Amino acid sequence: MPTPQLVLQPVLPEMILCAAAIAGMLYEAFARRSERSIHLGIALVGVAAAAAAAYTLWNWTGAPFVLGDTVAADRFGALAAFVLLGAAAFGCLSYAHYAERDPEAYRGEFYPLVLFATAGMILIAAANDLIVVFLALELLSLSLYVLTGITGTRRSTEAAMKYFLLGAFSSAFFLYGVAMAYGATNTTKIVGVTSPGIVQALAGQTGSQALALLAMAFLLIGFGFKVSSAPFHMWTPDVYQGAPTPVVAYMSAATKVAAFFALIRVFDVALQPLTWDWTPLVYALAALSIVVGSFLAIAQRDIKRMLAYSSVAQAGFILTGLTSPNALGIRAAMFYLIVYTLMTVGAFGVVMLVSARGEEQTSLESYAGLAKRSPGLAAVMAVFLLSLAGIPPTAGFIAKVTVFSAAIEAGNWPLAVIGVLASVVAAFFYLRVIVYMYMREPAGELEADPSMLPRVAAGVLAVAVVTLGIFPGILSGVLRSASVLRW
Amino acid sequence: MNGSILSVVIFLPLAGVAVLAVGGRRMTDEAARWVAIVTALATFGASLVMLGDVDRTAAGYQLVEDTWWVRSVGLRYLVGVDGFSLWLVLLTTFLFPISILASWKIDRNVARYFAAILALETAVLGSFLALDLLLFFLFFEAILVPMYLIIGGWGSANRVYAAIKFFLFTMAGSAFLLVAILYLYAHSGAGGDASFDVRQLTTVAAGLPVQTSRVLFLAFFVAFAVKVPLFPLHTWLPDAHTEAPTAGSVLLAGVLLKVGAYGLLRFNLTLFPEASKHFATFVSVLAVIGIVYGAICALMQTDVKRLVAYSSVSHLGFVVLGIFAFTQQAITGGVLQMVNHGLATGALFLLVGMVYERTHTRELSEMGGLASVMPWLLGAFLFVVFASVGLPGLNSFVGEFLVVLGTFAVSHWFGSIAVLAVILAAIYLLWSYQRVAYGPVHEEHRHLPDLSGREVAVLAPVMALILVFGIYPKLLTSSIDPSTKATIAHVQPVGQITDVGQVRATGASP
Repeated sequence: MPTPQLVLQPVLPEMILCAAAIAGMLYEAFARRSERSIHLGIALVGVAAAAAAAYTLWNWTGAPFVLGDTVAADRFGALAAFVLLGAAAFGCLSYAHYAERDPEAYRGEFYPLVLFATAGMILIAAANDLIVVFLALELLSLSLYVLTGITGTRRSTEAAMKYFLLGAFSSAFFLYGVAMAYGATNTTKIVGVTSPGIVQALAGQTGSQALALLAMAFLLIGFGFKVSSAPFHMWTPDVYQGAPTPVVAYMSAATKVAAFFALIRVFDVALQPLTWDWTPLVYALAALSIVVGSFLAIAQRDIKRMLAYSSVAQAGFILTGLTSPNALGIRAAMFYLIVYTLMTVGAFGVVMLVSARGEEQTSLESYAGLAKRSPGLAAVMAVFLLSLAGIPPTAGFIAKVTVFSAAIEAGNWPLAVIGVLASVVAAFFYLRVIVYMYMREPAGELEADPSMLPRVAAGVLAVAVVTLGIFPGILSGVLRSASVLRW
Repeated sequence: MNGSILSVVIFLPLAGVAVLAVGGRRMTDEAARWVAIVTALATFGASLVMLGDVDRTAAGYQLVEDTWWVRSVGLRYLVGVDGFSLWLVLLTTFLFPISILASWKIDRNVARYFAAILALETAVLGSFLALDLLLFFLFFEAILVPMYLIIGGWGSANRVYAAIKFFLFTMAGSAFLLVAILYLYAHSGAGGDASFDVRQLTTVAAGLPVQTSRVLFLAFFVAFAVKVPLFPLHTWLPDAHTEAPTAGSVLLAGVLLKVGAYGLLRFNLTLFPEASKHFATFVSVLAVIGIVYGAICALMQTDVKRLVAYSSVSHLGFVVLGIFAFTQQAITGGVLQMVNHGLATGALFLLVGMVYERTHTRELSEMGGLASVMPWLLGAFLFVVFASVGLPGLNSFVGEFLVVLGTFAVSHWFGSIAVLAVILAAIYLLWSYQRVAYGPVHEEHRHLPDLSGREVAVLAPVMALILVFGIYPKLLTSSIDPSTKATIAHVQPVGQITDVGQVRATGASP
């Protein structure tokens, strides 16, 4: 047996992020007086370097699988890395602003935790071994549990506890699924190079079919929890409401992107021979998430809870695209995820600015007359909300069209009908915020955070949302080459 | 510029939006108003250039522009004009400057208001000219947001409720439309490249099983029936009309409702000829119910704006009845009625708005005797009321007459009931005019000013057109007819009644 060659370049982004995270922690531990700007600087340099490393990976010509075939080096993973690093950068910047506004709530550990979480997320999207998927899942989850409770307020701690307990539970499901997959196929590799991986074993029907089906179900539960699809969404509203807003902005987008990329690789590649068995399950999860998310969001009077339920519905839309188990569905889901990242990060960014110091103003009432007080902020928020609702000419519209188109192409038009009808329901609560912003008088003396820089950042995201809505073609080349998964 | 005149027409208003957005709060209200009116007039000018470029004797799409927009989705930027859309486009570009002039006195968030109006214009024009179904849907949905903002931001007391109702009703209708469009697209790939091109989809739809195409027909139908609005999906309309600012009502009645009727004519009839015939009786019954029900409701209203709103339900019923009679006269009459209703009801809303600005009431009982106070305003009002009633010599008469004539050829019942509604229209309109214009004058109304110069400028062009189209309808019908013929040939195979003249020739009972 030849000694495996150690090729580290494909995991360079993860390594850089971990190194930057460790540097940040050491700085926090040993510096006499830790400077906020140095923390931020370390994190941003780490993210930038990781992005550069991911860029070289985009043009990677070496072996398709490295590190004993446990990590895939493909454009699919590289695209995930770009999106995740973007979300991380925005998360760090908004936390920097958050800390400036409210110095007592500041914790230096935020940046290392975000870097660790991002490393886990990039790894999970590239993992070619279920054990590595699990490893990455734990790395990102543990970081996120701590991030949720980072301010130490009661609500934040409670949210973290809830997230941790339910998250641990779902991780157990996932691990169980991995074990059963191993039992069914005698391997944990998604694609095997030297020896058959799960996809080859299932295609050859060498193992137990029953165990394989159980494994599929358990893995889906594990992923369902992470992408917050109904009925595994229970933690989402509480965590979104309790966690500090910059954390939510980061994790709502990044967790979903990472978990969905991993889900695509596991289901569209490893479990590809079981397509006929898992599409009905994905179908059901999609329908349930869309309906539950859209209807429960109506009852919310707190914008963070509302966006939480909306993210459940959005998970359902992405799953809708994935009911089409081919490159078309993968592309639709990827496009949706990119758009989702832009609009979610943006919307929570605005929420952070409106909520002001101490995060008191997250009720819908605090948005009353926002257009009068800060017209720019209201306009930007309106763009994000209309995009979430899927109204042209925003990117959300094209994203919805592509996922529905993929679902109908696969013959799942009833799901598309559920989707479009739920979109109407959803339009109601997105519009309600617009009503508050544009058609109500300001409720009191409440002032939005007046800072300029985060507004510019939100404005850039809004422009991106509209640009992608009018010229979605600029991404099609990227998506086309990233949606090719090797097996 | 000749090669892309349609794009110029569609996107010129958007340039105005851009100017208003860039200007933002630095711009004075006066400047914003001028930007809006100049943009709208320029768009009207561009649409006249388009009129000059069109061969009005030909059927089929002209001045077609075709280029890929989003290849990965299959979306093409495909626009073209034919006899149906030609006059609706001109009606749109004509009514927008009028509405802008009519809302000169809006003083809250002026730039934002006019930006919404101009954005609305682009969306409406795009809907009329798009030949790619997804492109059409994009514009169709894009109508919602500016109109929602106009009603909700500048309407009267109950505006938020009305705005949301408008939005959700229309969006719920178009939900099915989107699925149906994507379904057609998914089945268009077999014979080459998949596409949303309506011409290609016509053949695709023809190849579908009968049952499927009927379901798809209904999906399209619901979307457009909400917009028209057809009974029983009309309930959003009275609220939206009543709460909207004057210009909002004018545009809603004048152009937005036409998008629905146009959709039925352009897409339902073309894509699903078999299903159109299958459901023709069903649709006609709904249309006739709408005609009578709208008229009766109008009869009972005490709020002038609500009254005009219900009269729209009734008048639009005529349009749909005409479209689904599949005869030469009825369809041409239906299209004519769309244009004429836009002018007459638009003018009616303008006048109601002017009266409201002075009296601050919309209740009929609180008006009265205004003819002696404002003779010019009420004179214009009477003229428009006559037009709306369908007095021969004014525009609405021709359209209604053609629809009734064309409907009689296929069904005596529908024809007779429709005629009944014409009489009802005369009753409710003249009666309401009587309550506004005659009788004792309220003391506080005694010194109201008559028409201002600006208001004359708003009304005069509309009234002139009402007269011109009433006296010389051939101006319109001659260019609508070729498209009508083509559509009927597509829907009705030979040997069926398509022309009233045939009834006599074949000796069928009169």
